[in-house]
Amino acid sequence: MIQATRLIACHECDLIHRLPLIASGKSARCSRCGALLIRRRKNSLERTLALALAGLVLFFLANAFPFLSFKLETQIQQTTLITGIRELYHQDLHAVAVLVMLTTIVVPLVQLTGMIYILLPLRLNRKVPRLMETFRLMQTLKPWSMTEVFMLGILVSIVKLAKMAQIIPGVALYSFMALIFTLAAATATLDPQTVWEQWNPDR
Amino acid sequence: MRSFMSTAKNLNLINCHSCHLLCRAHESGSIAGWVCPRCGARLHFRKPKSVARTWALVIAAAIFYVPANVLSITTIVSFGSTQSDTILSGVLYFIKTGMWPIAIIIFIASIVVPLAKILILSFLMITIQRGSVRRRKDRTRLYRITEAIGRWSMLDIFVVTILVALVHLGSLATVKAGPAAAFFAAVVVITMFAAASFDPRLIWDAKESPDGK
Repeated sequence: MIQATRLIACHECDLIHRLPLIASGKSARCSRCGALLIRRRKNSLERTLALALAGLVLFFLANAFPFLSFKLETQIQQTTLITGIRELYHQDLHAVAVLVMLTTIVVPLVQLTGMIYILLPLRLNRKVPRLMETFRLMQTLKPWSMTEVFMLGILVSIVKLAKMAQIIPGVALYSFMALIFTLAAATATLDPQTVWEQWNPDR
Repeated sequence: MRSFMSTAKNLNLINCHSCHLLCRAHESGSIAGWVCPRCGARLHFRKPKSVARTWALVIAAAIFYVPANVLSITTIVSFGSTQSDTILSGVLYFIKTGMWPIAIIIFIASIVVPLAKILILSFLMITIQRGSVRRRKDRTRLYRITEAIGRWSMLDIFVVTILVALVHLGSLATVKAGPAAAFFAAVVVITMFAAASFDPRLIWDAKESPDGK
């Protein structure tokens, strides 16, 4: 098997293109269907690494502190990120609980740690096992990281409950909001082609 | 950008689904069990059994869509009275109380998006199976949109999760998740898998006949 590395095929319509040199900040689209083929980012690896490290700190804050508190008359119900998941599980909605756990906690954590696992060694010129396989797993899991959808869910819930009781935001809520932006920025600045090109077939 | 006006498949090249490395297949064309040398993903010219798999998932999603909308998604017990809500009655509640933006957001995320995904994927597969060559660029764009919007349907599941966590004060006020939550979650997951199993390159594989039809 020979790799035709200077050619690229569109992943959406399979048309072959000659891979041009693309300056950072520029992108290339398929001439037939318009799919985004490559987008070069400035200092992609460094920026993503910095954002992922910041994101990891925020992730732990978001999981360790109270998220939202619900105050009705004299009673206060304090919740963390995992409370709702545990409650769904107790109400016998096991699959839904697992799905929420995966999309709001597990996959975002895999994305953050995966980025660090891949980018830190690349930056320091070290070799780590299964680097490309790890990156493939991260790319596959990407649509399942749903922190921003969860944030919209929080806003809707707050509006829904506002008339019924008092909602008190906690430290974790602010950390989570910041996490959404860092995670989105880290994903957006990471240019997959640059990571794939680190692969050396003769190794 | 320069193109050769030829597809990878015609040149006996395989584009790795996962890392987009172009690999040359043997002359015999048999690639059963091959994996990408770079990322380890299985190599195929096209996603395997794409149309059959996507149809199966789309039909399953359409079936689950019915109980997801008919059954109750939340039950609120407050000061002794019990009130069950479906997805649609939740939207109507927001309209009645004048919270239009929230009503529109939930309506789009929970009702329009899953239905649009089911309809768009069905439309794309019917046109592929009929070998249509019309407006291929637009159909590819439709697929791109379907792939991008799917995750936002999870909104209602997350709202239920948060309500269940917060409103947990015994007889004073308690929210319980209803059976529709499980069906609705299934619709979201299945349509996401359906979009992933669909191969947009099939849109471009149809041969143009001389009369341009």
